[in-house]
Amino acid sequence: MKLKVIFAGLATALMFSTGPASAASRDYISIVGSSTVYPFATVVAERFGKTSSHPTPKIESTGSGGGMKLFCAGVGTEHPDITNASRRIKKSEFEKCQANGVKDVVEIKVGYDGIVVANAKSAEQMTLSLKDIFLALAKDVPNPDGSETLVPNPYKTWNEVNPSLPKMKIEVLGPPPTSGTRDAFNELAIEGGCKTFPWLKAMKAENKSKYKAICRAVREDGAYVEAGENDNLIIQKLEANAKAVGVFGYSFLDQNRDKVQGSIIGGVSPTFEAISSGEYPVSRSLYFYIKKAHVGVIPGIEGYVREFTSEKAFGEEGYLSEKGLIPSPRAERKAFAKAAKELVPMTGNEL
Amino acid sequence: MSKTTEQVRKTLARRYRAEKRFRAMGMASVLFGLMAVVVLFTDIIGKGHSAFVETYIQLEIRWDQDELYIDDPTDPDELAYADYDALIKNALRERFPSVEGRLEKRNLYKLVSSGAGYTLRDRLAENPQLLGTTETLWLLADDDVDRYLKLGQEAQESARLPEQARAWVDELVQEGSTDTRWNASFFTHGDSREPEQAGVWGAVAGSFFTMLVTLALAFPIGVAAAIYLEEFAPKNRFTDFIEVNINNLAAVPSIIFGLLGLAIFINLFGMPRSVPVVGGLVLTLMTLPTIIISARASIKSVPPSIREAALGLGASRMQVVMHHVLPLALPGMLTGAIIGMAQALGETAPLLMIGMVAFIVDIPGGPLSPATVLPVQIYLWADSPEASFVSMTSAAIMVLLGFLIMMNTLAVVLRKRLERRW
Repeated sequence: MKLKVIFAGLATALMFSTGPASAASRDYISIVGSSTVYPFATVVAERFGKTSSHPTPKIESTGSGGGMKLFCAGVGTEHPDITNASRRIKKSEFEKCQANGVKDVVEIKVGYDGIVVANAKSAEQMTLSLKDIFLALAKDVPNPDGSETLVPNPYKTWNEVNPSLPKMKIEVLGPPPTSGTRDAFNELAIEGGCKTFPWLKAMKAENKSKYKAICRAVREDGAYVEAGENDNLIIQKLEANAKAVGVFGYSFLDQNRDKVQGSIIGGVSPTFEAISSGEYPVSRSLYFYIKKAHVGVIPGIEGYVREFTSEKAFGEEGYLSEKGLIPSPRAERKAFAKAAKELVPMTGNEL
Repeated sequence: MSKTTEQVRKTLARRYRAEKRFRAMGMASVLFGLMAVVVLFTDIIGKGHSAFVETYIQLEIRWDQDELYIDDPTDPDELAYADYDALIKNALRERFPSVEGRLEKRNLYKLVSSGAGYTLRDRLAENPQLLGTTETLWLLADDDVDRYLKLGQEAQESARLPEQARAWVDELVQEGSTDTRWNASFFTHGDSREPEQAGVWGAVAGSFFTMLVTLALAFPIGVAAAIYLEEFAPKNRFTDFIEVNINNLAAVPSIIFGLLGLAIFINLFGMPRSVPVVGGLVLTLMTLPTIIISARASIKSVPPSIREAALGLGASRMQVVMHHVLPLALPGMLTGAIIGMAQALGETAPLLMIGMVAFIVDIPGGPLSPATVLPVQIYLWADSPEASFVSMTSAAIMVLLGFLIMMNTLAVVLRKRLERRW
């Protein structure tokens, strides 16, 4: 009798393992990509699933780079239909797509995301400039004596960087290098501060790789703590340690205003309006890319894209803005809503 | 007195002391472990208990035909596209007639969960005769309202709910138009980005299908391998090599099995991503060594006299194994299998690689539909920005712990009831 049970088990196992070969077709949309766009794409997917007759799309959070890799792997139902990105597609990625037969890629810009520097509500709000951020966090900084040489970052407290800042140990919790947030923070905040030194800025034209190595390197002596991809964890740590400062996406600040406060950067505090108008210096665009060859093959792609680009979703008062997405200006939204309808593929020259 | 006795007397006190110290250290270790468990449980239960109830708001809903744009309430097409949110907005405006201005009204509409419209749709689909009538309904509140009411007095100051909305909610509370109820949707819904609508059922179903595949593969293969190695295989270099390898495999980090699964099942065999079949196959690879090792141990514990007696009566070797050894070893094998399954149930790392870390709303209908599993759901919620997901995370951990405790208890009970001692 026990034998029979075992054989029955084996039979079902065999059935399962031969099953997928015949069931390769897919009736749900498969989306991959950025963890920053993930909280917005999931809301759209959920609404789309509830209001349309199609199944709810499946969304994997793989990071922008990982998403591009999967997306550009080829055409066919085993590959994803859409990839989200917290940066624009790179020329090299676009070429890889082309080489793998993914010819027609449609680009949609969905809005902006601000990166905030924040600390616990119990502490004093910080007022920083990009230069302060660079001096506090870069690996090598210009010699404090004023000469045009670099020294390993000597600053231990914030008031050494800028006398107007509090006398507090520099302790910044932020995302690891694998994160898109970190890429953007390095590029916009640290490099932004680096550029304020004329001689470093001049280096960009002469020796670009050296400039990048200086202006995007974060110190590794313990002042910058890689706190993992989990932004909630950073917020919990900030709450417990009033002396620490954290770096994360605007949507987490928006959702946790009872625990943390955003620092003023370059005279602008990270508010919805300031990021939307482009006044706030540390913000980036969010995109998603559609594989046109899958439109019509996988049901519902057009519907999902239209839902995402509808005014009630990515508009100024749309439900995505409640989740922390900063809408693009009206003209830009109109253009992308139109592009979403017509599905005009990229030529590759715009990159 | 002899010299030896004298020496024993001298050191006796010291030896007693050493023994006491040794015992105290053992007790301290046990206490430390218990304390860690108590701290863990109080933290999880303290954070998670509030997720099991949610706030409802009482509103007077007028089933207005014109607002809904419905002529025929039995037509599913019309029902699908009707504007149910308009009914809720109307009800809220009538409840708070003094609210004016776009922004204020927007805040007002946000008191009720965005999923409430779908509740109305389902209600109307079931009772078409409601159209044109007015009724008092309890609707799910938004997670910000829910959180505001769950926070203590002083913490309320800093809740995410706007100042005005707090006044409205306080008014509703005073009039008894709010109610906290058992959060049934937590156990019946799939994932959602709105904390008040999210549930663990999708993840539980996904875990079930994944475990089914794992059990269907790992148990028979593991038992067959163990029987062959113990009862039939010759003792030589080759079987020694296999044994060493099985023991090694049991210690391989689980993420490696995920990478293997990605390379073989998805890239080579072209299986779809994010489905329980692939998850089950990967977890099978992971649990096989555990099952083989425990099955071999329980076969070894069957006394040789039973085998010899059966052989002496003329049974073939297969008959010996099937009629005598296997039934006697089965309780031990089952225990090992259940513990292996419990381990697989809590695993996330290998599933990361094969796309089971995904946002999936629809409840999976079988081992071939996209799914996620309980520990992955916990991971995803822990990573969500909405503050209410913190308590949802702890509540999901409680559900997972419940399953694990159940499985481990089953293993203990099986062992106690079926095990034979010689």
